[in-house]
Amino acid sequence: MGDNRKILVVGGGISGLTAAVEAAEAGAEVVVVERKPYLGGRVSQFNHYFPKLCPPACGLEINFRRIKNNPAISYHTLATVESISGGPGNYEVNVTIQPRFVNDNCTGCGECAKVCSTEIPNPHDYGMGNVKAAYLPHPMAFPFKYVIDPSIVGTDEGKACADACAYGAVDLAMQPATLTFSVGAIVWATGWAPYDATKVDYLGLGKYPDVVTSVMFERLAAADGPTGGKILRPSDGKEAKSVAFVQCAGSRDENHLPYCSGVCCLASLKQATYVREQYPDSKAYIYYIDVRAMGKYEDFYTKVDQDENVTLIKSKIARVSQAPSGGLLLEGEDIVNGGKVKQVVDLVVLAVGMVPGTAAVKPELPMEYDDFGFVVSSGASGIVPAGCVKAPMEVAASVQDATAAALKALQCAMGR
Amino acid sequence: MDQKIGVYICSGCGIGDSIDVESLSSVAKDEFKIAKLETHAALCSDDGVGLIRKDLAAGDVNCVAIAACSGRVKTDVFNFDPMTVITERINIREHVAWCQPVGEEDTRMMAEDYIRMGITRIEKTHLPNPYSESIDKSILVVGGGSSGLQAALDAADAGYSVTLVEKEDQLGGYMAKWKSTVPTSPPYQQLDEITIQQTIDKVVNHEKITVLTGTTITKVAGAPGMFDVTFSKGDPKRVGSIVLAAGWKPYDPEKLQHLSYGTYPDVITNVQFEEMAKAGKITCPSDGSEPSVVAFIQCAGSRDADHLPYCSAICCRVSLKQAVYVKEQNEENKVFIFYKDIRTPEQSEEFYKKVQKDGTVFVKTDTSKVTIGEGSERKLCIEAMDQLLGEPVMVEADLVVLATGMQPATLDDPILNLEYRQGPAVPELKYGFPDSHYVCFPYETRRTGIYAAGCVRQPMGASRASQDGTGAALKAIQCVELTSQGKAVHPRSGDLSYPELFLQRCTQCKRCTEECPFGMYNEDVKGTPLPHPTRCRRCSICMGSCPERIISFANYSVDMIGSMIKSINVPDEYDEKPRIVALICENDAFPAVDMAGLHRLSYAPWVRFIPVRCLGSLNLIWIADSLSKGIDGILLLGCRYGDDYQCHFMQGSELANTRLSKVAETLDRLMLESDRVRLEQLAITDFGRIPKIIDEFTERLAELGPNPYKGF
Repeated sequence: MGDNRKILVVGGGISGLTAAVEAAEAGAEVVVVERKPYLGGRVSQFNHYFPKLCPPACGLEINFRRIKNNPAISYHTLATVESISGGPGNYEVNVTIQPRFVNDNCTGCGECAKVCSTEIPNPHDYGMGNVKAAYLPHPMAFPFKYVIDPSIVGTDEGKACADACAYGAVDLAMQPATLTFSVGAIVWATGWAPYDATKVDYLGLGKYPDVVTSVMFERLAAADGPTGGKILRPSDGKEAKSVAFVQCAGSRDENHLPYCSGVCCLASLKQATYVREQYPDSKAYIYYIDVRAMGKYEDFYTKVDQDENVTLIKSKIARVSQAPSGGLLLEGEDIVNGGKVKQVVDLVVLAVGMVPGTAAVKPELPMEYDDFGFVVSSGASGIVPAGCVKAPMEVAASVQDATAAALKALQCAMGR
Repeated sequence: MDQKIGVYICSGCGIGDSIDVESLSSVAKDEFKIAKLETHAALCSDDGVGLIRKDLAAGDVNCVAIAACSGRVKTDVFNFDPMTVITERINIREHVAWCQPVGEEDTRMMAEDYIRMGITRIEKTHLPNPYSESIDKSILVVGGGSSGLQAALDAADAGYSVTLVEKEDQLGGYMAKWKSTVPTSPPYQQLDEITIQQTIDKVVNHEKITVLTGTTITKVAGAPGMFDVTFSKGDPKRVGSIVLAAGWKPYDPEKLQHLSYGTYPDVITNVQFEEMAKAGKITCPSDGSEPSVVAFIQCAGSRDADHLPYCSAICCRVSLKQAVYVKEQNEENKVFIFYKDIRTPEQSEEFYKKVQKDGTVFVKTDTSKVTIGEGSERKLCIEAMDQLLGEPVMVEADLVVLATGMQPATLDDPILNLEYRQGPAVPELKYGFPDSHYVCFPYETRRTGIYAAGCVRQPMGASRASQDGTGAALKAIQCVELTSQGKAVHPRSGDLSYPELFLQRCTQCKRCTEECPFGMYNEDVKGTPLPHPTRCRRCSICMGSCPERIISFANYSVDMIGSMIKSINVPDEYDEKPRIVALICENDAFPAVDMAGLHRLSYAPWVRFIPVRCLGSLNLIWIADSLSKGIDGILLLGCRYGDDYQCHFMQGSELANTRLSKVAETLDRLMLESDRVRLEQLAITDFGRIPKIIDEFTERLAELGPNPYKGF
């Protein structure tokens, strides 16, 4: 059967990783390609999962170990799919690998970073903090290898990084490379991006530094984030003890994302626990249209709602502005109690929706999309979409969906 | 295997600057019988690994101790055939050089102890001897609804023989009773046709699928790869793994008297309404007339502490669908939906908007407080507090539909009737749904080889339930494939070890048979454990539970950890160098200690970390071993336990804590303070807490003074 027993998984986030390990442990050979310099995708940027409030790094650690121990799985980071030809059971895929400027000799010792003084906005922290231009993407990064930012390649500083490495791991001459894979099936799991909430201009993102998105807030609460896990106002570093969560920031809105992203209510309930746990005298306000805590997650909603310092208010926030007394002022209608919402808080978190990876870039594959860019069907048995490219979904649903995708890919690739 | 141990010490990444590598070499050479010792400035380089490969190829060495970086990194480089080579990674980088002062005596002593413990671990390790039995690779699917049919079809399409069991005489489950389903394709406005018959036809005609309808399971004996299944009729069968897709049942409406169910014939459930719609015409049961006003009451017995506290996820969408039926029957008809929150996630928001546009009236209220009574002209009168208007509303309707929730079919019927010592049912987490680490491993149950799919797992709609069947089929396939190679399924995927029992010394105390989270052991009449190795997930909790220490794995044993503890060099009390043994979860606490090193966090040099598979594998003898050796304190770092447990073996850290409560007795016998043993719950990201935990424990031990057994 040759190479067509192989499955290519595009995307190394939780869906792609799951599809890869599940297919490989069922007997397939799998290649994962990931655009970023590490595997794990967006979950590696989360502080906790709801409703267990446990760190994603724990489950990722297990999956990484499943990859390390399994010779049937290989992976490539900084890799994007260039072209795909062929058909079910017999695809040829060209993948471009961007230079990392660090080769496999890297031991993760960090000597290159010591001599590097240039800093770049840390992509892992959505630019909220800086990182050296010679950097480990994050402490738990897998693979555990540094990256040299292209901005210092060709400079004296780049050379200093190379000189500092005792293991010959810094390779400034590294060029983009193209790899070709012959595979039987392709799992498309390119994930999602947070909606650009600067487009919801009345909510103040981009205008006020203390308005952040839900994904940024995860980094503000994370021990390896820009504040070391302290929830601080970006504007002045003050402890953010009153935090407003604005649900449907662009979601369920004809002018932005008409659909519901399904996870944001639970994410904000979870984030309210970060604030409450960190500061006993804190308050969290959640402004919602409907609280959507589906299935067993209702228990989590019930639990968080029992905290009298977490207030849920049915309201569509109409305006966020600078309060004269300092802080940010939220205004809207209080739909259940009547009257107006006028609340001043330290920090505003916009619960932003999920935009499928396939909204911006549609691969040259026979997949069909809805108006929002979600994949609604695959035109070929060998092309299997998985995870948030199909619909917004939480981690457990992504794992479920990707496990199913693994079997569909296996059926095609193994010719059985 | 006649062990020939090669010790390879790396001095790179600051190790050589921090620790005198020569002294480490001396420890290895002088204190152990080793075949080979090499040091290298970059052991992970081609040159460095080449040294090891050369020794392996020459047959000079068959066990490799690599004293270098954490075993979590460079795994692709230090990668030797696990069937013929025992490899041990000794972490003197993250756990020593990166977290301790350069060149200090205590730093060196710490590294020396890691060398001792690492070599000792090798000495106590055996090459894997995988459990091999004749494994049946066929799959049993229990339940012929959306999930079960899809699971059967997908497993069969992948080449596996499938037996599908359905208790009803027909396949199709609830789906076959529905008129249509909620929209699943753009523009998400049109109801989907029921296509279950096509799936049924494919299943029935599939050469790899045997369908048993009107059949229940009377017994499942055995283990993955060798389940022996007995049915209510027909011959027993042997199967390899099981998809449990037994579905759901509607919440009992008889319990909804507060919503007047049973009082008025025209108060019906969403299931009754659907069956009526499927039959052709929606009528009022009281007189057979066609209703012109229909009211839906959402969360009828759901999200209600007195009934089902959870949300059944699909009822909002079902009522929207049923509102469409009412309008289809007569577009003049009026529909009211009383709701707490409308839950139409994802693209189904579009469907919600359509139903709103088409004139259905939505009333936000606490639906558990709605009153339904007699209205005018044989109508029903619904009174509620409209939370949006802030005033009471009254609606008269001909027909009231209670949107009732789902309960798992396993709630009061074990269904599989497992012949397991721990009981006939798959253990539940809550509300009758199976226990699993449901974020990371949604399909797993606490019975290896049995995977839950569809609404028996959690409430879900039809399209997701069908998809869920596919995923569970993959897990079932994976189980038989890995089991056939003697390998564990997740989370220790690929582990070739399994528990081996020295039964001559068994005292029938039953702790192993009771404590295994996965029900690995049955018992004979005397209480002697009967292991079923293919049920095992290799957590070693049984090993920790056994007071006689008769349970071992080829690569993990009570003796191994005990010997590692005993290999630690414990200075006498006048040296004022206390010693702490820290037994830590290898998946979470171990990487956290690595992260502490990466961040160059420093802590007392007295601690010696020993990774364990799960804190649940803690055998109390290790505490006795430590204390009698003169170790001053024992620190246990495990995952959070309780309702939101993080342990990927579900109960490991909790069991360790339970066992510790019993350790006081041991300590009393030794005339020692129970404060010498401390358990902390530590998440993988809690690396920042590690110095504080160790330093505080060190302070407490200083207060207690040296272990009086020191030097004995």
